[in-house]
Amino acid sequence: MATVQDIEIRDAAARSAAAAEELQDAHGERMVLNMGPSHPATHGVLRIVLELDGEVITKADPDVGYLHRGDEKIAENMTYTQFIPYTDRLDYLAPLANNVAYALAVEKLLGIHDKLPPRCQYIRVMCCELARISAHLLGLGAFAMDTGAVTVFLLTFTEREKIYNLAEAASGARLTTSYTRIGGLMRDVPPTWCDQVRQFLKEFAVSLAEAETLLTRNRIWVDRLRDLGVVSKTMAIDYGLSGPNLRGSGVDWDLRKNQPYLCYRDLDFDIPVGSAGDCYDRYLVRMEEMRQSMRILEQCVNKIPGGGENRIGEPVSVADGKITLPSKQKVLSSMEELIHQFMLVTEGVNCPPGEVYFGHENPKGELGFYINSKGGGTPYRLKIRAPSFVNLSILGTLMPGCMISDVPVILGSLDFVMGESDR
Amino acid sequence: MDWNFIIFSLVKIAIVVGVVQGLVAYSVLAERKISAWIQDRVGPNRTAPPFAKYLPVLGPLLTRWGMFQPLADGLKFLFKEDFTPAGVKKIYFFLAPAISVIPAMLTVAVIPFGSQIGAQKMVIADLNVGILYTFGIVSMGVYGIVLAGYAANSKYPMFGGIRSSAQMISYEISMGMSVIPLLLIVGNLNLSQIIGWQSSHGWLVLYAPISFVIFMVASFAETNRTPFDLPEAETELVGGYHTEYGSMKFALFFLAEYSNMVASSAMMVTLFFGGWTLPFWGLDHAATSLGMGLVQILVFLVKMLFFMVIFIWVRWMFPRFRYDQLMDLGWRRFLPLALVNILITAVWLWIRS
Repeated sequence: MATVQDIEIRDAAARSAAAAEELQDAHGERMVLNMGPSHPATHGVLRIVLELDGEVITKADPDVGYLHRGDEKIAENMTYTQFIPYTDRLDYLAPLANNVAYALAVEKLLGIHDKLPPRCQYIRVMCCELARISAHLLGLGAFAMDTGAVTVFLLTFTEREKIYNLAEAASGARLTTSYTRIGGLMRDVPPTWCDQVRQFLKEFAVSLAEAETLLTRNRIWVDRLRDLGVVSKTMAIDYGLSGPNLRGSGVDWDLRKNQPYLCYRDLDFDIPVGSAGDCYDRYLVRMEEMRQSMRILEQCVNKIPGGGENRIGEPVSVADGKITLPSKQKVLSSMEELIHQFMLVTEGVNCPPGEVYFGHENPKGELGFYINSKGGGTPYRLKIRAPSFVNLSILGTLMPGCMISDVPVILGSLDFVMGESDR
Repeated sequence: MDWNFIIFSLVKIAIVVGVVQGLVAYSVLAERKISAWIQDRVGPNRTAPPFAKYLPVLGPLLTRWGMFQPLADGLKFLFKEDFTPAGVKKIYFFLAPAISVIPAMLTVAVIPFGSQIGAQKMVIADLNVGILYTFGIVSMGVYGIVLAGYAANSKYPMFGGIRSSAQMISYEISMGMSVIPLLLIVGNLNLSQIIGWQSSHGWLVLYAPISFVIFMVASFAETNRTPFDLPEAETELVGGYHTEYGSMKFALFFLAEYSNMVASSAMMVTLFFGGWTLPFWGLDHAATSLGMGLVQILVFLVKMLFFMVIFIWVRWMFPRFRYDQLMDLGWRRFLPLALVNILITAVWLWIRS
């Protein structure tokens, strides 16, 4: 005999975790869908094994590690300076910020992280904020594209191209910048750089407003994002989320404010915080963070010691021959500098023994470097706390109860980078 | 047997199919160009056959406009390896693209694309049940997609197929309901008669604007275009129902989608915007001369292209719906609205009569 079942159609069909429990009663065969590692929505090589009941996800099992390169082990076999290029490849959407984070961690080990020359601090902050804008732009573009709005992606990429130009002007490379050195920077920014940043900010403000018009009040966009992937305050803290994902859940925690480093103390900016912790909040937090980054950049451009052209010759590296490379002129003419050069290149920066952790507010969250040093020029152990990796850990809890169409939205709103997660 | 009829019909069929194919090819180009303009890009501007550079002015100009791009696209599809994945249900796998393309082509048969040239009516089949025919044929298109999803023996196409069947069936109902007020007003199912009514009373979009809105949204859903492109939602289902297809078979699905777009635009023009008529310059009556006949065909094409551009424009501006939101919109917003619309129209007609 056929039985008649009442099917209740809720307003937000099967969104909450409670829905997954209700669905337990309806017995049916589950389908296992393998999403990734090469799937258009899993940017990079994330693999999620989804267990589906119709279109509703009952279980999600994220599988990371397809991009594992053993960066942490590699670090043990080279000097601190040699590892800088590897940090480019962590969060490859914000290499400048990674460079800064790593350099600061080693400098903390050396005890010089708060004694950096002010010009160096300002340039580093500008690099970090440019990297933040760049990373958020890509996150936003990919997010919108995953949701079906392709045009935003192209819009944000145009702006990112300008940031790449700025990175190229400063460091000589667009993606693999390796701009920082232990104790300073590879070189000062070119004289016109600050004006270029000003120009960029002017153009970027327009583009950001355009992207905002396409999305923020768009009914379809709001419907897709609202009440989806809700992360409560406690949940966010329990899972160790950081960055915009944490702030989207309403936790007012930003390392730039809470554990200030570089010259963030002297700068005026706000930390946007969400309320509901859904995808829409995370999206809004990122949008506002870009605006705040613009504010920071504007202040930096105006306040940078030495001005844009640095006519008075403000140093960009600490004046310690044991930490930063001396000028080539002196190496060729003076004994002491020659020895310093030789020792730095062959042995690396001689760090004291000890362990140190430095957390940096990266675009994706808290990028932390833990260094265990037994002295000498190489770390005994280097551990990278990758924000993407930690942020992804919440997937298994977030996805059950959602539909397949929600997967790209949730992934987009968590905004991860596999290069960093798998490192 | 009326040989005259057969010959003229064949000629008309050949021309219409040719024009639709050409429209499809160039609407792909239009899609790429318009999306490029929307996104601050240039779009295809360098594909050219070797002889193009010997043409004095036209060659470079056509190349810059990307006019040879559809040719290259078509050839590429044709020459690609026609790969059949292991484990597919072969008959259905081969049948599916054909089944989705044929209805798309058949729909245009009843659409009057002009008044008349000489004694020939500019419509392939002047059926007295034109609208019913269109709906009947259009609903067959879903079989191709469902079959494709089923035959490919892969999970993503399967989802695409299921989604599209649910989506197309749901929106067909709203679409059908939205047309009923027109039938009430005109009192005829023949598309030529509907156009005739519009030429004397004014375009139907003025009488039934709600119908038009529902019809338009439903045709977006019927043709699987953004924001209703769930069956082929790239970032969710990879390629949806045509994930496993390649080469010419994929091209057929492509062809079907764009033919459907052409057909929907043509239907919208015919039902709501007066078809080949214009209310001035005497274009609202059946043509008496050859020139007039051609101008009326042109009018029809221009109106149709306008809707094609809207199809393309919308695709590049909006995110897509979620599956349940789509169903919600179809069943709980449009269907009641369409029913109320019927009621209102009926009452209004009853009061007036």
